[in-house]
Amino acid sequence: MDFLHRVFIWLADPAHWHGSDGIPTRLGEHLHLSLEAVAIGALIALPIGITLGHYGRFGNLAISVSNLGRALPSYGILVTAFQILGLGDAPIILALTALAIPPMVTNSYVGLREVNPDLKDAARGMGYRELALVLRIELPLAVPLIMAGIRTSAVQVVATATLAAAIAGGGLGRYIIDGFAQQDYVKLFAGAVLVGVLALVTEGSLSLVERLLVPRGIRLQKARPASRATAFKTA
Amino acid sequence: MARRVFLDGVDPWVNWSWLSSHVPTVLADLEQHVVLTVIAVIGGLVIALPLGVAAYRWTGLRLPTLGTFGVFYTIPSLALFALLVPYTGISGVTAEIALIGYNVLILLRNVIVGLDEVPNDVLDAADGMGYRPLARLLRVELPLALPAIIAGVRVATVSTIGIVTIAWVIGLGGLGELILQGYIESFHTPLVVGSALCVALALTADLALAVVKRLAVPWARPA
Repeated sequence: MDFLHRVFIWLADPAHWHGSDGIPTRLGEHLHLSLEAVAIGALIALPIGITLGHYGRFGNLAISVSNLGRALPSYGILVTAFQILGLGDAPIILALTALAIPPMVTNSYVGLREVNPDLKDAARGMGYRELALVLRIELPLAVPLIMAGIRTSAVQVVATATLAAAIAGGGLGRYIIDGFAQQDYVKLFAGAVLVGVLALVTEGSLSLVERLLVPRGIRLQKARPASRATAFKTA
Repeated sequence: MARRVFLDGVDPWVNWSWLSSHVPTVLADLEQHVVLTVIAVIGGLVIALPLGVAAYRWTGLRLPTLGTFGVFYTIPSLALFALLVPYTGISGVTAEIALIGYNVLILLRNVIVGLDEVPNDVLDAADGMGYRPLARLLRVELPLALPAIIAGVRVATVSTIGIVTIAWVIGLGGLGELILQGYIESFHTPLVVGSALCVALALTADLALAVVKRLAVPWARPA
């Protein structure tokens, strides 16, 4: 039988759609780990990036956080967290959160920094306090870059969550790690298809959210050059 | 390989006697890591440079090339290795196809942006001086795009060094092998040494490329 056909049969097999090693369970674990890490990461990263961007301080720090994040080997962080915290979700979420933070700090910093200073002067002249200035002028204008940061983080976290299986965790990476260990290329390939589709769906749906959240006034402006987007890949 | 012995039940983060007796292993893993990275970055450049120039000239090529490599880039490395293994086997080819593909996207974007940002006045001046298209590309446009291209090489190199740490799943060794050993044996030393060397390698490569950029584009030095 043709290899891809066997992969298709594996994916369609009802036995792989229930139970503790079933696709819905593994997908649920994958999404749970990723969502929690991105949410915690955002709660830490966005206030830092937004504050630094608003006051325009420590710019080098905010930018180099991203470079440092790229240099951290995600697999090394996962195993280190595992050695400290032991089995379970905690080390995985700790490691994924650490990877989620850098792109969000950098992008929110740059987003706020790039708001036209004339607009801020005008807002101050109209009597805006600092907080209102941030909430009503700077944040809406920075939404495209902030959302790009969240998307970059989320896609990286979903990718890295695949490695959770390498430290005895769950998630869709289970099929890949087990497939390699058992030399079961059908399971391996099917798992890889599921992970790939999940990554692409994450990227696609967050791009859509990004587009919907951008205020209409900004959307009319010329598209941002690609140089503003930060390439970030660690897994 | 010598098994470690629990002396007092406490595993220090770095056991120096293990390290000093395993220098050759560590160096071999480091060398393998560097080799995999260098091939991936140079391979990425070899594909991205002509493709980027073509996409700069014929803008209709941009969406299909950036789109194709964008999809490739989004697929996690472990999954990409797994998708390739049934076809290319447990081999260096598998790893390099994935790593080169990722680097092409990073470099392609930077080549296009770098070329796009060459000022029109400069192009007009070059035309006025009688440059033919090829000479203008090689002697005016590409040199002016160099800062953006080298910035892309830095990002590609640092990312690749991180991703290579999971090359062990397809039996290629590298520093990930030390991290794996640390995991399997619950032994901190190889884990710490592997991770630290990986970060050190990334930062060193980044710094070295920053120096290369300073030397290659003296006119872009900040005053």
